[in-house]
Amino acid sequence: MSTKVLARLEQAFGASILETHDQFGDDTAVVDPSRWLEIARFLRDDEACSMDHFIDLTAVDYLGRAEPRFEVVLHVRSIEKLHRVRLKARIDVSASDDAADDANAETALARIDSLVSVWPGANWFERECFDMFGVAFSGHPDLRRILMYGEFVGHPLRKDYDASKTQPLVEYRAAANEKLPPFDQHEGMSFGRQTHAQRPAARNLLGFETPGLGED
Amino acid sequence: MEPLDVELSEGELELPNDPMQVLMGPAHPAMHGTVRVVLELSGESIRKADVQIGYLHRGFEKMCERGTWTQCFPYVDRLNYASPLLNNVGFALAVEKMLGVTVPERCQHYRVALGELARICDHFVCSGAMAMELGAFTPFLYFVKARELIWDIFEEETGARVTHSFGRVGGMASPPTPAFKEMVRSSLPAALALLADGEKLLMKNRIFLDRLENVGVMSKETAVSLGWTGVVLRSTGVPYDVRKVHPYMTYDRYDFEVPVGTRGDNYDRFMCRAEEIRQSVRIIEQALAMMPDEGPMNVDDPRIVLPQKDEVYSTIEGTIQHFKIVMEGIKIPAGECYSYTEAGNGELGFYIVSDGSGTPYRVRIRPPCFASTQGLERMIVGAMVPDIVPTFGSINMIGGECDH
Amino acid sequence: MSSSISAAATTTLVLEGSEQGFATTRFEDVLNWARKYSLFQYPFVTACCAMEFMALASPRFDMARFGAEAPRFSPRQSDLLWVVGTISQRQAPVLKTVYDQMADPKYVLAFGTCASSGGFYDNYTTLAGIDKIVPVDVYVPGCPPRPESVIDGLLMLQDKIARGDRTAGVVKPRFDPVQLRRKA
Repeated sequence: MSTKVLARLEQAFGASILETHDQFGDDTAVVDPSRWLEIARFLRDDEACSMDHFIDLTAVDYLGRAEPRFEVVLHVRSIEKLHRVRLKARIDVSASDDAADDANAETALARIDSLVSVWPGANWFERECFDMFGVAFSGHPDLRRILMYGEFVGHPLRKDYDASKTQPLVEYRAAANEKLPPFDQHEGMSFGRQTHAQRPAARNLLGFETPGLGED
Repeated sequence: MEPLDVELSEGELELPNDPMQVLMGPAHPAMHGTVRVVLELSGESIRKADVQIGYLHRGFEKMCERGTWTQCFPYVDRLNYASPLLNNVGFALAVEKMLGVTVPERCQHYRVALGELARICDHFVCSGAMAMELGAFTPFLYFVKARELIWDIFEEETGARVTHSFGRVGGMASPPTPAFKEMVRSSLPAALALLADGEKLLMKNRIFLDRLENVGVMSKETAVSLGWTGVVLRSTGVPYDVRKVHPYMTYDRYDFEVPVGTRGDNYDRFMCRAEEIRQSVRIIEQALAMMPDEGPMNVDDPRIVLPQKDEVYSTIEGTIQHFKIVMEGIKIPAGECYSYTEAGNGELGFYIVSDGSGTPYRVRIRPPCFASTQGLERMIVGAMVPDIVPTFGSINMIGGECDH
Repeated sequence: MSSSISAAATTTLVLEGSEQGFATTRFEDVLNWARKYSLFQYPFVTACCAMEFMALASPRFDMARFGAEAPRFSPRQSDLLWVVGTISQRQAPVLKTVYDQMADPKYVLAFGTCASSGGFYDNYTTLAGIDKIVPVDVYVPGCPPRPESVIDGLLMLQDKIARGDRTAGVVKPRFDPVQLRRKA
């Protein structure tokens, strides 16, 4: 049904629609990032599309698999016409601010227009995308981190961010891993105020002899 | 990092009172879920609010890129931990959409029944917590008791009380127990009775009503453009329920209604939830009636579904099949897909990208309450400080889901 | 119990009982006995374990039976900190502040695997166990733990308070069913 939307987009924007497909039944259009905002506004305002329901905005990092590296993915639907469409734009870390050297590679941003003026709901989704992938949305009213904290360096969902690299805010205690009692000492409610030394010989209420887990 | 306590020098001990900055959260007793609201107050009314989330960001999406597709299920469980089975089914459906398989009918009814039970729990938790935060402790106890009845069924079926990890790609972890239908049929009336008891206590309570009615009002148009879905959207009058509008599994075969509000205030949201519990009970009854007692539970495809344990131990084919699925993971065809289901809070979407291997390349969750929470700011600016509590309670922000 | 009063009382008694060495121990026993049955708790509830925490507070499991009924939402009035759920790196300073604000004597119970060790969230954002930043008295493993095991942990904590034992303890099965079967 919504192939109509794709046809309508191709008719209106022609060469700016780079490719379309409907794999698994999801209609998808890859568009020219420079016309991202324009196409989004068209989708909302055009009568045949009327995509008023904002659903999702995210990005995918195809580091080393595709050029340009990032794909910004937008899902919208129409409340009235019940169709959906997925819009994608491929962008790369911008080379304009000369940040290509290694020190800045982690924090270098990719740029695309913000959609907050079209769907206010894009606000947090774009902030999240900025936080996780380092995609900067020009024209966003309040672009700052949302899930991570301000001191965090880098963008964790980029493929080159090591998943286990933490950046703690609080100094860890010196004796953080003080040894726990070995597993064969019986913890728990002591029946009749026994010490650990007395425990192994004790019988519990069920009448079982309590075998040590670390024994034999 | 935002300041935890506003630092003041000696001369500034006189607090600036207009505007006054107040940090509400992230460990605030009346905010179930870890969220911080930075308020700028003039007297008791709110001039500006900044809702800050992310205190429960656990890296769900990054973790999913590290294991096999099947290993995502435990993480999916802990997204919306008030209704884990709905998440399980949602993720399973997304992967099945890419594989192009459909589970047998018996399994579909089973998934629906379990999912709706989970939805009932979700609504009980939300309504109960909301009432408790407004000082009504007894209904909370009633609702938790009702939830406890349903959890007994879950425990019997899945072996766990909260986090079941029961869904599988191409089916469920195990078929229903012989007593499943009987258990559900005997527990649901008791749960409904408890719901009625709780409602009786609340619906004649002047304090409760005054704090709900015409508080946290949201208009239809704003809600739609903010990306709201689920109960919060329906309370504004938009009848969008994925189960009705884009039916998946066997939802098109059940007879049920979608409750819709009129004003989009806290009262509407509360009542929509209560009514949805009753509608879910209707769906469960129909699903149980349609569910055959015999028949296959999982799809018949050795590349997707694990073999029976006795086969693994006794035949070489079974061992190899088991090994391939566990060690390499299920091979999902390369491509991308967006699959959406109606979860406890609204449209739970999974946008998954596969490169054809046994490990997800990218799993994106579209959390329904992420969008709802972003509307909180609009609902509380101009209101009073105590209005935050019922408003926040009624949008049912679940940390695990909202913060990924 | 206000810590300043108890500390002052202990000090005077130590001075008085220093000749006999008798009154001091007895008094501390009494004090610990009172402490263990009047745990004012601060539930630092963040994640999935909150679901079980609700169950624990509700009639079926009812932890009020064990003298841990009253939640106090001010850290300054509470002496048992329940850390219920995952603590992220962003949340960690908050937890530290809450812990620092609590009055002595204070106890910490790590509710669930995430609070105890970080659980299966071994990644950039999750604190691998709250014992990295605050000392823990009792660990209750489980994801989330069953209410029974939390009650077990609570009883263990009370037992530790009574004995004046501040080493960390873990809730675990009292006996291993496999080994029992092997012996039988």
